[in-house]
Amino acid sequence: MNSEAIVVFSFRVCLSAYLAGFASSIVFVRRERVANFFGFSCAGIGGLAGCAASLCALAYGATPTLAVWPFKMPLFTFTIHLDALACFFILVISLLTIAISIYSQGYVTQYYGIKNVSVLAAFFNLLVFCNTLVFCADNAAFFLITWEMMALVAYLLVSFEHEESRTRQAGFLFFAMSHIGTGCLILGFLLLFRATGNFDFLAFHFIGASLSPMERNAAFLLFLIGFGVKAGIIPLHIWLPEAHPVAPSNVSALMSGVLIKSGVYGLVRVLWDFMGTPPVWWGITILLVGSVSALLGVLYALVEHNLKRLLAFHSIENIGIILMGLGASLMFSSFHHPVLAALALMAGLYHTINHACFKALLFLGAGAVLRATKTKSMEELGGLIKKMPWTAFFFLLGSVAISGLPPLNGFVSEWLTYQALLQGFSTTERLVRLIFPIAGALLALTGALAAACFVKAVGISFLAMPRSPEAESAEEAPSSMLLGMLVLALACVMLGLFPSTFLPLLDPICQGLLGQAISARVIGGNGWMLTALGLEQGSISTLGMVSLFLALLPLPWVSWLLFSRKAPHSIGETWDCGLDRLTPQMEYTATAYSKPLRMIFRALYRPRRQVEADFEVSRYFTKSIRFETHIEPTFEKLIYEPLHRAILRVSQRLRWIQAGSLNTYLLYIFITLLLLLLWEKIR
Amino acid sequence: MKLWLAQVVLQLFLALGLSPFVSGFIRKLKAVLQNRRGPSLWQPYHDLFKWVRKGTVVSQQASWLFRATPYVSFLTALMVSLMVPMVTAVVPLSYFGGVLAVVYLLALARFFVALAALDTASAFGGMGSSREMTVSALAEPAMMLSIFTVALTAGSTNLSFMVQAALQHQERFLSPSHILALAAMFIVLIAETGRLPVDNPATHLELTMIHEAMILEYSGHYLALVEWGTALKQLVLMSLLVNIFFPVGIGGALTARTVTVGLIAYVVKLLLLACVVALVETSNAKLRLFRVPELLSIGFILAALALASSFIF
Repeated sequence: MNSEAIVVFSFRVCLSAYLAGFASSIVFVRRERVANFFGFSCAGIGGLAGCAASLCALAYGATPTLAVWPFKMPLFTFTIHLDALACFFILVISLLTIAISIYSQGYVTQYYGIKNVSVLAAFFNLLVFCNTLVFCADNAAFFLITWEMMALVAYLLVSFEHEESRTRQAGFLFFAMSHIGTGCLILGFLLLFRATGNFDFLAFHFIGASLSPMERNAAFLLFLIGFGVKAGIIPLHIWLPEAHPVAPSNVSALMSGVLIKSGVYGLVRVLWDFMGTPPVWWGITILLVGSVSALLGVLYALVEHNLKRLLAFHSIENIGIILMGLGASLMFSSFHHPVLAALALMAGLYHTINHACFKALLFLGAGAVLRATKTKSMEELGGLIKKMPWTAFFFLLGSVAISGLPPLNGFVSEWLTYQALLQGFSTTERLVRLIFPIAGALLALTGALAAACFVKAVGISFLAMPRSPEAESAEEAPSSMLLGMLVLALACVMLGLFPSTFLPLLDPICQGLLGQAISARVIGGNGWMLTALGLEQGSISTLGMVSLFLALLPLPWVSWLLFSRKAPHSIGETWDCGLDRLTPQMEYTATAYSKPLRMIFRALYRPRRQVEADFEVSRYFTKSIRFETHIEPTFEKLIYEPLHRAILRVSQRLRWIQAGSLNTYLLYIFITLLLLLLWEKIR
Repeated sequence: MKLWLAQVVLQLFLALGLSPFVSGFIRKLKAVLQNRRGPSLWQPYHDLFKWVRKGTVVSQQASWLFRATPYVSFLTALMVSLMVPMVTAVVPLSYFGGVLAVVYLLALARFFVALAALDTASAFGGMGSSREMTVSALAEPAMMLSIFTVALTAGSTNLSFMVQAALQHQERFLSPSHILALAAMFIVLIAETGRLPVDNPATHLELTMIHEAMILEYSGHYLALVEWGTALKQLVLMSLLVNIFFPVGIGGALTARTVTVGLIAYVVKLLLLACVVALVETSNAKLRLFRVPELLSIGFILAALALASSFIF
């Protein structure tokens, strides 16, 4: 069997497994345990097959095309093309599906008897199925259908726990925003269709050159908004911190890990594959949007004390970092530096898979905490590292990775992004090149703030004393959940320590889109090192760092053995300033932890606080105190609320059109048709 | 290979031996400037040896993280000290990680120390941890930009090549971009090493301490590792400053003569920088916490100007 046949076969297995998972969950809709087992096992098998297919395709360069719907329709063909870019994103989703479906086996048991798990399992399979198709659809119409199905299924999953009004609102917001995006996409594809008369992606390849500059720019903006909504770039992000936290945690992991990446996929597909050499301002725009999203995303995460919302804001941040790589790549393309463009694209794509791994890991960890304590509020957690040691360890590992600290995968892709930005300085035009290092400095600020945020998240939720009875009585997650987290944790470690094994997989993408395969130039020192296109420009070796750490470890140990071992060691109480004893109330809270940054960036947050205190005799003897603080949601207030009001006002005016009589509506349709025919005639 | 190993071991011991001395020197100089006699220059060594021999008291609230952190912070700082140029431009582990890795490894150490500070449930720890992460986050962009300025002129983030490039172009010493970047880097140095006017390393006053508040619960062997790690980090940052911005006397290659000259030059430069730090510390009052961002944004603006002027002039 040649490699292409293997790819096609395992990809068919992958899709069939998802469908089988969907079907079996529906069949056993009344028997939750069976549905849970079959549904998520099928998803896991599908994930394995998807991994096999995409890895094989990337490693051997097979790019098969297959038809899923044999019937031909005018303009629409339902074909799948597994090119390198599609395979990369299928690899991401398949990897996550494996881990999440193992995790879900244990996670969903909490819903037994309360919610119907079969439905959850069925829609989970359907979501993965649709999302996989989004990545490989080879026709604009097919793409839009799968895109819409994905949004619909995701909406159903977000509103899984629809008893709470907050969940319903979040689901609706997600659905509404998603449709604004899809509207832009339809317009964008229609623009491209005008130039080709065909909806096939193959026909769109490098179509950009044949469009007028006006059309090109319009298409760019439409696609940027359309895919930007899904990716959650600022200011189109408002649905993301609402929708991701209310979904069941396994679904949040999938959504934050992969679903928002379909926006990234779309951008890469359209801007690189379809548009060809872009004007400079496209790259600048994307770099700018990326920097702003990264910085504001992390700043909002810092003041968030709902563990899952905090993670959702970090998704915005990381999408920003990915876009910084992509924007730099676009700029290099405009300046005709294909090698550097490939480096920047590689950085962005590597951060895509890295973010998928650690963000899913963190969401799974947060889900385990939520399951054990029934609360998402960090202020009620604490001390979990002793009750749930493995969950705490995995969450810590994910936090180190997402903060971009060595030696894990987040560091590797951030380092590549830095290098891409630094290379930009020496190559391009004068004033434009200043953008690169400034973006680099913003990336540094983002990284440092992310570290601060995750010290808060880990420190307040997992360390010190439990702040509530629920946290006090928490128990470790079942082994299936831990196993799911272990898979992702291993992925984070491997992607961090052995980038030289994984980066060549990105070569076919860069080769296809930019005509440059550069992994051989990025990997140096017999695979031990990662270089910035050459050892002289800079290099890192995460594997070397770990080896060195282990080699140096005997030093403090020897000193311990020689001098300290015989000294008296004891366990004592923490210094409590001479009070009776330390209580959880005296611990630092998450709100207190982020206070300095809240004060420093108050121009952005506009914090409002309200303190009501009852006191006796003098105000130094407080009897009771109530403290309330709010952060102003700037974007909602400045953009969306006025927009919302304007739409309502216009709709009020136009209400008379909607009379409620079917005959009137038929008349409208008739008139519209007449007008269109007339217009066509005149033209 | 043998030469390389010898260099690794020598630089390791140089860093381990020299780092407490620099701290002691600054402390002594500050005392003299304040008309005190001050502790002996060797006091930091006595302290370290005392702590190593003493027993440890660990809080009952603390988890394994609290015990692991001193190792992480000490070993990371030690590792970083092998990645920066000290005596010669030939850095033993320059290929393992350039200047970006140095910054991020130091951030890793800080991440763990800040977590361990929260681990004991003490409010002081939380306060210190929160402030340290805030200050370092705000210092980060200034640090990166001033490093970028040097890296961009050298065309590399590898510290060996950066020093070589600085050696070849000694005329850049007095260029505006160089001076501005140096000023920015100095502000970052003050903030990152917890010196006045940002933080006072000599105080244990509850409401003002930053770094000291984080390590309040450490004792014995663990305290020795944390303190030594802090001293190493200070040495690393000071070495970056003196060797990248003033590569005077540093040897381009590895010979007996360059090593000797380089060693003398390195120690002299370090002590001169220590004098400046001590002077700044004695002549400035501690800033209120919410004035620190202003100082750091000055650093950022200086670094941005340095970058802009690097291709305007």
